Amino acid sequence: METVKERQTETKKETTMKISGAEAIIHCLLAEDVDLVYGYPGGAIMPVYDEFYKFQDKLTHILTRHEQGATHAAQGYARVSGRVGVAIATSGPGATNLVTGLADAQIDSTPMVCITGQVPRHLLGSDAFQETDIIGISTPVTKWNYQITEASEIPEIMAKAFYIAKSGRPGPVLIDITKNAQFEEFDFAYKKCKGVRSYNPIPKPNVGSLEAAAALINNAKKPFIVWGQGVILGQAEEELKAIIEKAGIPAAWTIMGESAIPTSHPLNVGMVGMHGNYGPNVLTNECDVLIAIGMRFDDRVTGKLDEYATQAKVIHFEIDPAEINKNVAADVAVLGNSKETLDLILPMLNHNKHEAWHNKFKEKYQIEFDAVIKNDIHPTKEKLTMGEVIEEINIASKNRAVIVTDVGQHQMIACRYAKFEQSKSNITSGGLGTMGFALPAAIGAKQGAMDREVVAIIGDGGYQMTIQELGVIFQHQIPVKIVVLNNDHLGMVRQWQELFFNKRYASTVMVNPDFVKIAEGYHIESKRVSERKDLKATIQEMIASDKPYFLEVKVEQEDNVFPMIPSGASVSEVRLK
Amino acid sequence: MEKQWFTISVYSENNVGLLNRISGIFLKRHINIEGLNVSKSEIDDVSKFTIVVHTTEKWVHNIVGQIEKQIEVIKAFYHTDDETIYQESALFKIASSLLFDERQIQNIIKESNSQIVTVSRDFFVLAKSGRRSEINEMHDLLKPYGIMQFVRSGRISVSKEEMKISAMLEDFQE
Repeated sequence: METVKERQTETKKETTMKISGAEAIIHCLLAEDVDLVYGYPGGAIMPVYDEFYKFQDKLTHILTRHEQGATHAAQGYARVSGRVGVAIATSGPGATNLVTGLADAQIDSTPMVCITGQVPRHLLGSDAFQETDIIGISTPVTKWNYQITEASEIPEIMAKAFYIAKSGRPGPVLIDITKNAQFEEFDFAYKKCKGVRSYNPIPKPNVGSLEAAAALINNAKKPFIVWGQGVILGQAEEELKAIIEKAGIPAAWTIMGESAIPTSHPLNVGMVGMHGNYGPNVLTNECDVLIAIGMRFDDRVTGKLDEYATQAKVIHFEIDPAEINKNVAADVAVLGNSKETLDLILPMLNHNKHEAWHNKFKEKYQIEFDAVIKNDIHPTKEKLTMGEVIEEINIASKNRAVIVTDVGQHQMIACRYAKFEQSKSNITSGGLGTMGFALPAAIGAKQGAMDREVVAIIGDGGYQMTIQELGVIFQHQIPVKIVVLNNDHLGMVRQWQELFFNKRYASTVMVNPDFVKIAEGYHIESKRVSERKDLKATIQEMIASDKPYFLEVKVEQEDNVFPMIPSGASVSEVRLK
Repeated sequence: MEKQWFTISVYSENNVGLLNRISGIFLKRHINIEGLNVSKSEIDDVSKFTIVVHTTEKWVHNIVGQIEKQIEVIKAFYHTDDETIYQESALFKIASSLLFDERQIQNIIKESNSQIVTVSRDFFVLAKSGRRSEINEMHDLLKPYGIMQFVRSGRISVSKEEMKISAMLEDFQE
């Protein structure tokens, strides 16, 4: 089979040579360096699948068991690799099943291109079989979307789709392609998109605001950095580290920013937010300059806004102008790509240590350790805790695994206790809180970083929302490690019921199937651990395996995650029990 | 923060679906659009949305940020009423017999500065442009005689300050 380059040259030479819209889509994907897509076929996208068949040596298509799985796999792939994830579905229900993944990618700024088939142009609006207005439906959850109704539009729109998905603040793009456009033949030529006149992806940094920010930081006695995913998306990990070290600033992360700086770094003081660390939360309301970098002041981070860091001057480094003053007013806003702005400000900063201030974080850590961490990681009670499982995974993987989490108690525990040495290692559904994210996202994460250990940590609730993707793991022998922390409850909702709904446990008890048997049904090696004595060896065995591996750990049913900032309370009111 | 009237001006590409994308931003925030007009602008191939909302400055700032973020939006502004020159237009369809039977109608037409667009055997149509209050006043005056049909457009407005859209587009071309 000829290569894309040959084909493109050929196209240029012989302008009369025509290809179908469906084949053009494949050439567009190849031109964007896509070699892996996730999807599910159906009537309105069949011409494209016919081309997948022809191009299967250049482009791998993974058949997920549900279109939602395709989106989360594409997200997992994008998040570990920094490349654009691609998901494909047919019209109607295929398209609507993408919506959760689109919304997740939108709120967590994940570059993804979704392609949907659509009924032929002449049937649009006729309520044809599997017709749905996916452009209308996906508009609020996409960075951009477009309906192609003629084959000739394909090259320009596909180029634009990839450009928009990955540039600036990344996000999901959906391209809906009517079936006639897939069949039509036209002269194909591909040109990568270099810009869109109405779209300015990266604002130019302003020297004045950089100087103002530097002056505030240099004069600060108690500066505090909170970084988010913007550091990872901007590939500014080294720049951030350099700033922290030079200016001696304690730095905490939002859940989406985790792993940008190694957990072991002495100035990495932990997580902010609802189940974040005690020190970073309480001291947010004691710092004199709060430096927010590539984060968006989500309500799960700020708690009650009126009582959030009101004593501090706020500096906001951000790529998206719409985030400035959205939730927290910035005294100085530094717009631009984080790598560029952090690099520009570094020489303007004075060397500093802020030892007394840093010691406050250590003191608060000790309080948290005694009240919470000790019992989570080294429990003395009989039943297993989620925390000790995470700690054993840290040990077995030498802190080098990609940890993919779902949503709920296990997610908070994993993000609190997982240790990371490398960036892009914490893959979770942060903004949307999508249960069912982890299993398919882990597939994508593994395929996006085949050289890395990928461990999915999932609750018994979320696991059953996308459990069918075990089929993909089995069929393609994708060596992900799946750990279900089973407390036979929807643990986080149960916790809220206990604390805020007077122990009225409505619909949070799960009567679960035999998860080990289910995994065995998919011919995946599987174990169950219920006792502490078996935990270490089993996790070691799991990590040592080079095959897919399923591990169910029966954990205490009624554990709660602490610290906790109750919904609507101030960060100062973080509870340790 | 107090609610007030704001006029949002959006310069954009003229693409299918953009109205849906923009109106969705209001929907997500449970904020009603009080007036909407879409037309060409002073720049070739650039559309202009004029949207009127009654909300707080915090929200209008948020909304304009989200609108401007949309790929096909070139630039969005918001202004208070003091910062713009604005008008609405209305059409009144009235039975022709009234023109002869009710002398007062002729006075209303003269004093309101409205125009007779067309007269037929059965009805005539009055057009009135101006502030919402002027149109309301005319509506109130005509109502007792019977209005067969009434329609009022969304606000159209130009800002007192310059909107440097052409310069932005030229920057992009470079």
